[in-house]
Amino acid sequence: MKSGKKRKGILSQLIRALFFRKKTAKVGIYGPPNAGKTTLTNRIIHTFVDENEDIGVATEVPHETRRAVRKGGIIIDLKSKSLLNPNPDSNSNSKSKRRKAKLKLDVVDTPGLATKIDFHEFMAFGLEEEEAKRRAKEATEGVIEAIKWLDDIDGVVLVMDSTEDPYTQTNIVIIGNMEARGIPCIIAANKVDISDAAPQRIIDAFPQHPVIPISALKGENMERLYEEMARRFR
Amino acid sequence: MEIKMDLISEDKINSMDSMEKLKFVLEGVKSGNIVVLEGGLTSEEQMKLIELTMAEVNEDFPGIEMSGYPTKKGFLNLKRKTRLTVIGPAKIMHTIKKEKDLISAMISAI
Repeated sequence: MKSGKKRKGILSQLIRALFFRKKTAKVGIYGPPNAGKTTLTNRIIHTFVDENEDIGVATEVPHETRRAVRKGGIIIDLKSKSLLNPNPDSNSNSKSKRRKAKLKLDVVDTPGLATKIDFHEFMAFGLEEEEAKRRAKEATEGVIEAIKWLDDIDGVVLVMDSTEDPYTQTNIVIIGNMEARGIPCIIAANKVDISDAAPQRIIDAFPQHPVIPISALKGENMERLYEEMARRFR
Repeated sequence: MEIKMDLISEDKINSMDSMEKLKFVLEGVKSGNIVVLEGGLTSEEQMKLIELTMAEVNEDFPGIEMSGYPTKKGFLNLKRKTRLTVIGPAKIMHTIKKEKDLISAMISAI
């Protein structure tokens, strides 16, 4: 798949990093369905924009987000926001100088990437057949939209469910694309608040990328993720 | 019910450009075949295959199941070597176990 934007060479990446650093980074929140992408995006907005603003609704039904939603002008300023962490005990190792990080970004909450979408899956959640078929159709369009957004993204937070096997083809394909395009990628090992979460499996599966165990729902370890975002996406 | 399996050599794959390759794969899978590519697909090709698949999803064809080994990287990451990729209709193929060097899949047809 050769197009001008997709194959960014190492040299052009280096030149861009050294001389053309963007003022605002466009960061895509990617991952499989139900990994917690919208919950994470909402958490970022609650922390740095407006605690009453939601970018989308998160439910247990897969493909709840079926259109990419962009929120612009978010400033991650850890120095001023460090006290807003709802669970300060979880970040005892991330204090002092690392909190000076600052990043201006647009976040794009994307629909979950999948290789198959079966309307019967939605019927299992109580949807009527026609509604399930409509949702499946919208979900396929959402996947296509999420893939197209990759051409216009400066960094990716790949959200994985820590209670699931991380070594899926979808995760491998997303990471492989980030590496081929030279786009920085952080893996958010989400849902660590659940008892059978095993973020170490994700760390072991993808040792070449930073993996930050978090709970977007409970706000656990979020400052470490923000620090990593500020460091990698500037 | 019988299931056809197409084992495609690396030479055959290399004789096609990316889009030809993906259309060839998708056509085979939509016909109900399991397609095994000796040389495999790159990550970008796999992503494009997902995109093409989503445009074809309907009530009878919910999509694909795909498994493959990660790309091997060469010196300074300048040359990447793709490896085996298996693609099948999601209705009949299910990946049971996937590790760095092992793929275990179940194929079942009603």
